[in-house]
Amino acid sequence: MALQAIAFYLMAAVTLGSGLAVISSKNPVHSVLFLITAFFSAAGLFVLLGAEFLAMLLVVVYVGAVAVLFLFVVMMLDVDFADLRQGFARYLPIGLVVAGVLTVEMVTVAITVATQGAAAKNALPMAHGANLTNTETIGRVLYTDYVYFFQAAGLVLLVAMIGAIVLTLRHKPGVRRQNIGDQTARTPKSGMTIVKIAPGANIPEENAQ
Amino acid sequence: MIGLPHYLAVAAILFTIGVLGIFVNRKNIIVILMSIELILLAVNINLVAFSVYLHDVTGQIFAMFVLTVAAAEAAVGLAILVTFFRNRGDIAVDDASVMKG
Repeated sequence: MALQAIAFYLMAAVTLGSGLAVISSKNPVHSVLFLITAFFSAAGLFVLLGAEFLAMLLVVVYVGAVAVLFLFVVMMLDVDFADLRQGFARYLPIGLVVAGVLTVEMVTVAITVATQGAAAKNALPMAHGANLTNTETIGRVLYTDYVYFFQAAGLVLLVAMIGAIVLTLRHKPGVRRQNIGDQTARTPKSGMTIVKIAPGANIPEENAQ
Repeated sequence: MIGLPHYLAVAAILFTIGVLGIFVNRKNIIVILMSIELILLAVNINLVAFSVYLHDVTGQIFAMFVLTVAAAEAAVGLAILVTFFRNRGDIAVDDASVMKG
């Protein structure tokens, strides 16, 4: 139990600390790296809760895909990031006031719900069945009760993928592309002309390639 | 002993950090997108903690859907950002009023 408490406080501190570093670091590349740390330690919190499948999903999806996408975009854009930090100090006081109010309210509500709500009677976290892992439990519900939602999630991902491709696809003007229709429609007659040239005369202008 | 209130408190503080990030980084849309990811992570911690302590796996399935939507949102958001950068040459969003909305 003591080991669990140590692990929880470590993971929670790393999550919150790197969350703060994400929003306050000067260099966005550092922000992305702290975001990876935050997600990694949040995955540790999920493991402590017993949600191993979601923990691994978080590592694969966020650390493996989303964070790398962020890193790619941050490094690709040639932007003066120091210029973008103007107004940081200006909005900090009001931001801290709002954040303080939000924290107090949410923590109060959370503790009230946790100690007096429906979850209060289960002091111990969910124990898995004797021969049922967390992944199996999720799969049994996901593929039966929530199968249409699962399909809709796939559709959302497909639309997002097509949308991202359509948004970033660009045809540069002045780039000569291969036109397969033109190539296969080409005959000797259209591709070649025979010009009679008198001795000593120049090649007519419209035929000079 | 670590119980549900601890996890909920962590989630609440992480949510607030995300909101604060949107407040203070008004110009830098990349950090705003990262703050949104932090907010969604806080929501996920909430869902999983309640799921585990209510002995009901549905919360974890909802967390999975939130994860899906967050990934899609990041992809489309970054694609819009790249297009915006191509059109304007910078990513300062506080004076992005081309559409006069």
